[in-house]
Amino acid sequence: MPVVTYRDALGAAIREEMQRDDRVFLMGEEVGVYNGAYKVSKGFLQEFGEMRVVDTPITELGFAGVGVGAAMVGLRPVIEFMTWNFALLALDQVVNAAAKMLYMSGGQYKIPIVFRGPNGAALQLSAQHSQAWESWLAHIPGLKVVAPGTPYDAKGLLKSAIRDDNPVCFLEGEMLYNTKGDVPDEEYIIPLGKADLKREGDACSIITHGKMVLVAMQAADQLAKDGIAIDVVDLRTIRPMDVEAITTSVRKTNRAVVLEEGWEVCGVGAQVVDHIQRECFDSLDAPVIRVHQADVPMPYTKSLEKAAKPDLPKTIAAVRKVMYLD
Amino acid sequence: MATKVFMEALSPTMEEGKLVKWLKNEGDAVKSGEPLGEVETDKAIMELVARGDGVLRKRLVNEGDSVPVGTLVGVIAAADENIDSLVASASAPAAAAPAPSAAPAPSAPPAPSAPPPAPAPQAPVAPAAPAKPTPAAPPTPAAPSGPTRSSPLARRMATERGLDLGSVQGSGPNGRIIKRDIEAAATAAPAAQTRQPSALKAEGDFTDVPLTNIRKVIAKRLAESIGPIPTFYLTAEFDLTRVMEMRAAMTEMGPEFKVSVNDVLLKAIAVALSQHPEVNAHWGGDHIRYFNRVHLGMAVATDDGLIVPVIWDADGKRLSEISRDAKELAKRARERKLKPEEFTGSTFSVSNLGMFGIDQFTAIINPPEAGIIAIGRSEEKLVVVKGETVIRNRVRVTMSCDHRVIDGAVGAKFLQTLGRLVENPLMLVY
Repeated sequence: MPVVTYRDALGAAIREEMQRDDRVFLMGEEVGVYNGAYKVSKGFLQEFGEMRVVDTPITELGFAGVGVGAAMVGLRPVIEFMTWNFALLALDQVVNAAAKMLYMSGGQYKIPIVFRGPNGAALQLSAQHSQAWESWLAHIPGLKVVAPGTPYDAKGLLKSAIRDDNPVCFLEGEMLYNTKGDVPDEEYIIPLGKADLKREGDACSIITHGKMVLVAMQAADQLAKDGIAIDVVDLRTIRPMDVEAITTSVRKTNRAVVLEEGWEVCGVGAQVVDHIQRECFDSLDAPVIRVHQADVPMPYTKSLEKAAKPDLPKTIAAVRKVMYLD
Repeated sequence: MATKVFMEALSPTMEEGKLVKWLKNEGDAVKSGEPLGEVETDKAIMELVARGDGVLRKRLVNEGDSVPVGTLVGVIAAADENIDSLVASASAPAAAAPAPSAAPAPSAPPAPSAPPPAPAPQAPVAPAAPAKPTPAAPPTPAAPSGPTRSSPLARRMATERGLDLGSVQGSGPNGRIIKRDIEAAATAAPAAQTRQPSALKAEGDFTDVPLTNIRKVIAKRLAESIGPIPTFYLTAEFDLTRVMEMRAAMTEMGPEFKVSVNDVLLKAIAVALSQHPEVNAHWGGDHIRYFNRVHLGMAVATDDGLIVPVIWDADGKRLSEISRDAKELAKRARERKLKPEEFTGSTFSVSNLGMFGIDQFTAIINPPEAGIIAIGRSEEKLVVVKGETVIRNRVRVTMSCDHRVIDGAVGAKFLQTLGRLVENPLMLVY
């Protein structure tokens, strides 16, 4: 199977969907002439022309709104935010327009739009540009929120997102774009709302999504050396959440660590733990532990940034704690 | 608000109950405390009463069905309340049922074996103790205070395996009982509740079995009555005709083959014990130790007093070996030449006062052994056999039993086996 970068997997997904359906178009800052800030749309301008690959000014609220309007009249826009940190400016269109239009128009306007871009921290981009927004977005009825952790999932899920008739917030990762993985040549799609058991084990569940899937897999590798078999549940979609996959895993392992990139308070992990305590109460042998970013704005200083981020040692320590090993 | 009707533990030892008869029909109004049905426990037929007011909406077991304690057997709810999910949950695994121990005591009279309220422990009175400024009655030694901490999973596993959480040591934070503790406890006491003594096959020389609830109650109550070892006595008379014939035949072969009646009885007792490990046992306070080997203690009167040397592995020894051991041990006992290991370690004991012309007597149990057999004299007696009066050699044996370990019927069955062996000594080589 070809080994492909996360970046190219995303590009292939958009290209295939644009080839398949001429209502699909890409719009955002630097997506055309510059081939995309992260080169996801490399060669798109030549292939599809400037009517379908639209460079915008630095006006997040503006082009997000153009996207919503285009979706209302039957197009299927893919809106690229250079980062979700910039998308804060566009949230009125995402939350108040895209998410609510179907409801407030009494079902007259579907909004088949994808908002996509890198989410969470990279390296030393400081407090304003190192934020994970999935809990904000997943809070909103009317939005779907997807956060793939591998090239394979990125491609299959983005194709599903583009074909979905609802607004989908698609959260990528600057640190993920260069990661590689198997991606088949033949077409495939991955349904939204389906978690993936990335690894099977019976000792403890790690429930995670997005960039943290890599950390979870590293933790599972390392713990396997001590004979501790981890069930790694990759949610893939935050909303709608595959709660059955969580239930199945935790009932099997009796223990869970919930790992996410963002902050603790009202985070995605809080939602996962809420589900676990209700559906898996009699299966729990230990309180669930969450691993997340420290409850501070992301520091710029390298050492402090490292200390603030969820990482491999913190994840392993959490697993050992729920297993009563330390 | 719906009230679930569970099969309740209506006796301390009840693990399942048979719903003999429903006293209310579906649709009948019921009040809290009203009997809903009759349940046959391991002891008696008891009433299962309502724990809430409403209408008996659903009966989930049929009359005549037996279900484990904790099983949902019915639902009481308002006439118009939706109980679909409750009823559906009844078909889920029984594991989902809440722990039965939460059920309040039934209002029906307690089962016969229910322990009486524990008497308040009294500070032991030390007569003539040197005057010591003791505070007034010292408080009872503090039981481990606070509730037992346990994970939800551990509680569920304990319920499923019939383990008492109070008997499990927690290894988690603050003594929390967790999965591994339940697994360890379950391994330590595999199926203790259902273990049949006849199935005892430990790799070592013995098997420790924690007390079941019923044994705890028996031990406590009977020790209060006759204590500290609640002893009862079983007497049986055995016909020695065939033992006498065997002895005579062996003696004819030469004096070196001569054995005593006592030797034959010792051998028979040892073989019977090997077939009844439930009697070949020691009382351990919180457990009973069942032995897989038979080490027979043999009471010997000496000038200094009583001593009980031990015939090791008596069940596996030939009659000639037992005869030789018995003679040798008795001799060395009288000469005070026994080594400590020769008069310790018996699993069961025998005492014989037949040589003193005692017809029958009761021997005192040598704790922690669970029983002792007292052998009277063998003598010719007139007995009726098939309607004719004949003269037969007979012997009376009396078994003293520690009731905490041996129940009447268990002891009686052992004596039955012993009688068959004694009256048919060929069975000793069978």
